[in-house]
Amino acid sequence: MEKRKDYLRLERSAERRKAAVKTVTYVFLTIWAILVLFPFYWMLLTSVKSYSAYSSEYIPAFFTLNPTIENYIHAFTAVPLGGYFINTMIFTLVTTALMLVVTVLAAFAFSRLNFKGKDLAFTAFLALMMIPSELVVITNFVTITNWDLRNTFAGLILPSVTSVFYIYLLKENFAQIPDELYYAAKVDGTSDLKYLLKVMVPICRPTIVTITILKVIECWNSYVWPRLITDDEAYFLVSNGIQSIRENGFGRENIPAMMAAVVVISIPLILLFLIFRNKIMAGVARGGTKG
Amino acid sequence: MEQNNRKGWLYLLPAMLFLGFFLVYPLVDVFIYSFEEGYNSASQTYFGIGLYNYNYVLHDPYFLQALKNTFILVAITVPVSTGIALLISVGLASIKPLRNLYQTVYFLPYVTNTLAVGLVFMILFKKTAYTDGLANLIINWFGGESVDFIDGPYWAKMFVLCFYTVWAVMPFKILVLTSALASVKQDYYNAAKVDGTSKLRIFTKITLPMISPTLFYLIITGFIGAFKAYSDAVALFGTNLNAAQMNTIVGYVYDMLYGNSGGYPSYASAAAIILFAIVLTITCINLLVSRKHVHYA
Amino acid sequence: MKVVLQNLTKKFPARGKGNKGDVIAVNDFSFEIPDGKLIGLLGPSGCGKSTTLHLLSGLQKPTAGKIFFGEDDVTDLPAEHRGVGLVFQSYALYPHLNVRQNIMFPLENLKGKQKLTKEQMLQKTEEAAALVQLEGLLDRKPSELSGGQQQRVAIARALVKMPRILLLDEPLSNLDARLRLQTREEIRRIQKTTGITTVFVTHDQEEAMSISDLIVVMKDGVVQQIGAPQQVYDEPANLFVAKFLGTPPINVFEAAVKNGWLYIGDEAVLEVPGVSDREATAAIRPEGFVLNENGKFTCQLHRVEVMGRDITVVCGHKCTENPAIRAIIRAENKVDTACPTVRFDLIRQKVFLFDKQTGERIGL
Repeated sequence: MEKRKDYLRLERSAERRKAAVKTVTYVFLTIWAILVLFPFYWMLLTSVKSYSAYSSEYIPAFFTLNPTIENYIHAFTAVPLGGYFINTMIFTLVTTALMLVVTVLAAFAFSRLNFKGKDLAFTAFLALMMIPSELVVITNFVTITNWDLRNTFAGLILPSVTSVFYIYLLKENFAQIPDELYYAAKVDGTSDLKYLLKVMVPICRPTIVTITILKVIECWNSYVWPRLITDDEAYFLVSNGIQSIRENGFGRENIPAMMAAVVVISIPLILLFLIFRNKIMAGVARGGTKG
Repeated sequence: MEQNNRKGWLYLLPAMLFLGFFLVYPLVDVFIYSFEEGYNSASQTYFGIGLYNYNYVLHDPYFLQALKNTFILVAITVPVSTGIALLISVGLASIKPLRNLYQTVYFLPYVTNTLAVGLVFMILFKKTAYTDGLANLIINWFGGESVDFIDGPYWAKMFVLCFYTVWAVMPFKILVLTSALASVKQDYYNAAKVDGTSKLRIFTKITLPMISPTLFYLIITGFIGAFKAYSDAVALFGTNLNAAQMNTIVGYVYDMLYGNSGGYPSYASAAAIILFAIVLTITCINLLVSRKHVHYA
Repeated sequence: MKVVLQNLTKKFPARGKGNKGDVIAVNDFSFEIPDGKLIGLLGPSGCGKSTTLHLLSGLQKPTAGKIFFGEDDVTDLPAEHRGVGLVFQSYALYPHLNVRQNIMFPLENLKGKQKLTKEQMLQKTEEAAALVQLEGLLDRKPSELSGGQQQRVAIARALVKMPRILLLDEPLSNLDARLRLQTREEIRRIQKTTGITTVFVTHDQEEAMSISDLIVVMKDGVVQQIGAPQQVYDEPANLFVAKFLGTPPINVFEAAVKNGWLYIGDEAVLEVPGVSDREATAAIRPEGFVLNENGKFTCQLHRVEVMGRDITVVCGHKCTENPAIRAIIRAENKVDTACPTVRFDLIRQKVFLFDKQTGERIGL
């Protein structure tokens, strides 16, 4: 009888402790979630406050009863936000498309073809992964300037195309396709290029989609290179646009309008993320880093 | 598989052209620049070869300020972000309901524009004539004095920079740690449980060693990333970082290259190579230390 | 299509720094495959049979020798242009294409005069699918098919372009026992229907024997024997072939010939007139034993395994290298299991003698 009571007590105290640990865990996780989400909430909130309402709040209000879209209209009319948007779109699309072509071809050569010096070339490629972009940006700046490509899309795009890491990622994926498939295609009379396009690329579509999305994120957020290479507002990307808005636009203190601009440029990527959540997270977990 | 030399190199050609022009050549060139004294970017001439550029950079008060800022930033953000990320990931691994939701939320900062969200942080922390800002509101609630985090004392600015950096690097760390934790086989935990091992002991004796390669990877990439900090500082304090005393080494490189001080690629190169040397040294030290503490399965 | 292999040799550079010299996968292989026959390439793993198949397909180029399809020298013709059908051990179906697209894939590669219209392609695909009885499954993905069905898709894909020859690499090894039996009949039927010269590779002698018109036994890159299955079984050219064919395996003994008699141990077990005195290796097929109380050959009885139609007498003998001797006799025979020994007579046609050193057959 005594023993049974002991067990019951043990059981109960274990359950209580478990519940306590659970509660603490959830509280902790929720606090971080709020810290993450709060800036987004604040940017949305501020962007729908009218300028006068915002300026009169010495103690900022946590919600507003009179949302307005005037800031959004302002963001598109007072500064060339639409232009920044289109620039970024062109830059992102062209860079990503070029990157895909270059990456797919190189990954195919490394994974499927057999040629002299392949191992050496691949080792060299891997070594290139370790070069920080900060080190090469100086000469690239000079090169692009010498080529007279400042304030052009070519100048923006060319140095941003290749990512050794994506070549590596895709090569690893290509290499997993069994050799027999290649031999089968050969026997069936398929050329190398056709095999690449009709068999390898479709099979590795998930990886290709992943690197595409990662590259799009990278392009959309790129700041340093565009800042160096463009000083003509007509070629600003959104990051530079935001910085310029912050320093010159809207008469400095129109923070709600600034926030409207921030919301507008954040939305495309957040949408992309919500649609391709699993792909993006899986891709980043496989070794992507920011920037 | 039969050899086909021409075809192989043909497929590699585009990648090699891009990498050659924009990665390999610049890498060589940056070393050359850094040794060319008195280089003039307009006439593309220089006086001589030597270490003057390094000497100049190492005695430039702006560079020393940037160096100090960068080291403080690294020393604070790497341990803090890795530690919190570990706690969060372990917490995430232990719950079932809402796990996906939390994971999604935690990842959001990864896909946002550093400059854009930095602007929001600036507003949250900035004290202006009209408002003390939200951060100060909370400090006031707890009975503290208002501080201007953006244009105020050095420690306050450093705090915001660290805070924003940690906020921005967390998604990557949480994600990588979560997948590392998920890959630890449940069998180990079950075995330990059956043996009556306490939770803390399970964590230190099983979980930590099992994920130590990942943890170590995060620390190395964390160091490298933090040493290259720049955009976060620009987002918070504007492009004139020297004036704000908040410049970083990378910021110094860009300012030297093109900016208010305008067009000194030699100094920029020297500074970039110093940065690279520092990162390389730290990474090597990390690798040496890890030999003792990382368990590879 | 008649296929001729002339002194075919394939060497691979040795791997690793230590060992010099090349690995010879196929050594001086000459053979003429008659038109419309089914040929089984048989041998243990690493014997060069798969390499031979790859040489035939054009995926690998021979180091020396020539390959003719009919009158055409195709030795240097790459696989894309050789027009062979190849079925892989792993089937190698394209995972992202459905069955119809998989079968149609080779047709889409045809160029110039051979180019087909969409309707022709679809029709040919339907025909090929019908030949392997896949009609209902054309819209499925390979991952939704069983192993046997995938196998048939692979065969259909190899057949759809009416290849000059059809090559099958271990076609049955990924199937379970029941399907294997069924599929091998299927392969035989398809080959007979189409009349395409077919070469298939296997390490399973039963598989090769059961459906081939001719089998080629290989070892270490060298052809050991070529012939009709029954002939190779009945008249093995050497000890390797004798040991490789037949289940249960042949029983091998240390033996000697003295005064026209074959001695195993101390017993003279069989009269072998005309063979000079020598040491030799004797091999006896399991069905070469006849139970006889007064038989000349005495073995230690281990146990009796009842198989229904037959029984297997498992016994031991000091002169054998086999772990046990297996003798298959008709079930009507009664074996006295209480007795420690059992005595047999031997059937002359089931006993082979081989040279002790070379393993070559000695005629009886």
